[in-house]
Amino acid sequence: MSEAVLDFDEVMANFDPVLGLEVHVELNTASKMFCGCATTFGGEANSQTCPVCLGLPGALPVVNASAVESAIRIGLALNCSIAEHCRFARKNYFYPDQPKNYQISQYDEPIAFDGFAEVEVDGEVFRIEIERAHMEEDTGKSLHIGGATGRIHGASHSLLDYNRAGVPLIEIVTKPIVGAGEKAPQVARAYVAMLRDLLRALGVSDVRMEQGSLRCDANVSLMPKGTTSFGTRTETKNVNSLRSVERAIRYEMTRQAAVLTSGGTVDLQTRHWHEDTGITTAGRNKEEAEDYRYFPEPDLVPVAPSREWVDQLRTTLPEPPAERRKRLQSDWGFSDAEMRDVVSVGAVELIEQTVAEGCTAQAARKWWMGELVRRANEQQIELAEVGMSPAQVAQLQGLVDAKVVNDKLARQVIDGVLAGEGEPQQVVEARGLAVVSDDGALTAAVDEAIAANPDVADKIRGGKVQAAGALIGQVMKAMRGQADAARVREIILERLG
Amino acid sequence: MALSVDDVARLARLSRIELTDQECADLAPELEVILDSVAQVSGVADEDVPPTSHAVPLTNVMRADEVRPSMGVEAALSGAPAAEQDRFRVPQILGEDA
Repeated sequence: MSEAVLDFDEVMANFDPVLGLEVHVELNTASKMFCGCATTFGGEANSQTCPVCLGLPGALPVVNASAVESAIRIGLALNCSIAEHCRFARKNYFYPDQPKNYQISQYDEPIAFDGFAEVEVDGEVFRIEIERAHMEEDTGKSLHIGGATGRIHGASHSLLDYNRAGVPLIEIVTKPIVGAGEKAPQVARAYVAMLRDLLRALGVSDVRMEQGSLRCDANVSLMPKGTTSFGTRTETKNVNSLRSVERAIRYEMTRQAAVLTSGGTVDLQTRHWHEDTGITTAGRNKEEAEDYRYFPEPDLVPVAPSREWVDQLRTTLPEPPAERRKRLQSDWGFSDAEMRDVVSVGAVELIEQTVAEGCTAQAARKWWMGELVRRANEQQIELAEVGMSPAQVAQLQGLVDAKVVNDKLARQVIDGVLAGEGEPQQVVEARGLAVVSDDGALTAAVDEAIAANPDVADKIRGGKVQAAGALIGQVMKAMRGQADAARVREIILERLG
Repeated sequence: MALSVDDVARLARLSRIELTDQECADLAPELEVILDSVAQVSGVADEDVPPTSHAVPLTNVMRADEVRPSMGVEAALSGAPAAEQDRFRVPQILGEDA
């Protein structure tokens, strides 16, 4: 059921948005947060469980040292202070996605706090304050049976797989993001993209949003222009792609504005994002403040990272994203505008990897920012998911450089690669796309074109070299595009010179 | 420490324990006795004694990130009141969201 929305420009004329983003990151440790069960994705249901992660009586959790290390490194990369002493807490609730009736999390003592990160949108830099990053454990997966759509409503019962329960999770929470104005949805997207890149560079998570190893909850509220006290917020859950982050926030702004403009009040509630229809729908109302009865986890002793350990981990941090971008831009010789576009479509890593495969930066940029981004946009997917790897792009450019294919044929090679026909070289062979480099065949085609257009040939003989274009076109057509136009031109001029 | 009947009713609701009004009224003073007893610890502890959450004065008890064998699906489900498709089967979940 869709609700009334206000035009986005009208929203911006009357309101300022305030955002708060909570990002959950599944760490890529081999074992779970508090037990030795494997964390592998997609295992047989409940095959990766033990007394600890099933919460059986008498089981004792023990903290995974690698997970703590990753948490500290994430904190440091986000310019956070690292707690000298912090505890775990029990978050008590009765939803069966945790078999224990509580989730082990951190409450008043997060391992990392008070940080910041910078993101760039259209050349403007926004500073995002980080409230905290804390350690917790992931939940199991529910399967709702008997409902029409597999959703919880109308289900007769639910089935639980606890393979994911206990997988280490870091929750990163921003302070309220104020002042982004009309760019708020883009700033949120840029922030999540920045986190994804940073976490990938840290090597702490496989950050696959579609598999849920990076998930974003977006808090949105509006305040009337000229006021400074925040409005009532909604929390949109599990927004699972970068594009959805931007869309969900934009939608929620237009929906709340319509409610407020018509004299209503925004309910403090959880909302669900629907990727297919592009709207959010109401979930649980939070009139009664969530009451999880947090208390210190008595089964775990505090974590007190020594300053030596923290300093040592600081030396393992990757180059900060902003400096890295600056370095790459200079290495690649891209203009500010070119680099901005590359960043905004998420092509930095792709181009970097393509260059590492032996392609020039300009050629890598041409393919990713041209043909491939166009196809990603058509399918409304991320560029990285378009279906062509950096190595394949480098191979394609290699074929162009070797004059095996021209740019036009190269696009057909891309078609083939995306259709799953193999590597660029295989596509060229299977589809017979190589340009004809046999001068004999080209010369024959040129002679035919000359014979068919004696007037044009005369012009060229008379010195009007630019008239060759008409003949080149004819030859290319006769060769079904599979010729190197520059070579065709040479042959025409040789024959008529 | 004053514990009201409403506090007890709220705790019961959070704990999914069904209590009658009479039971809440009876429990309030009883629970208060327990809370008062525990609160005496605060009176004994000096200001230089930090609150603790664990019986032993240890920090940083950690394990290496190594996979250990899990207990197996059959064993995992052996204590479950109901199971289906190798999963724990739980009753309809109402009034709470995923």
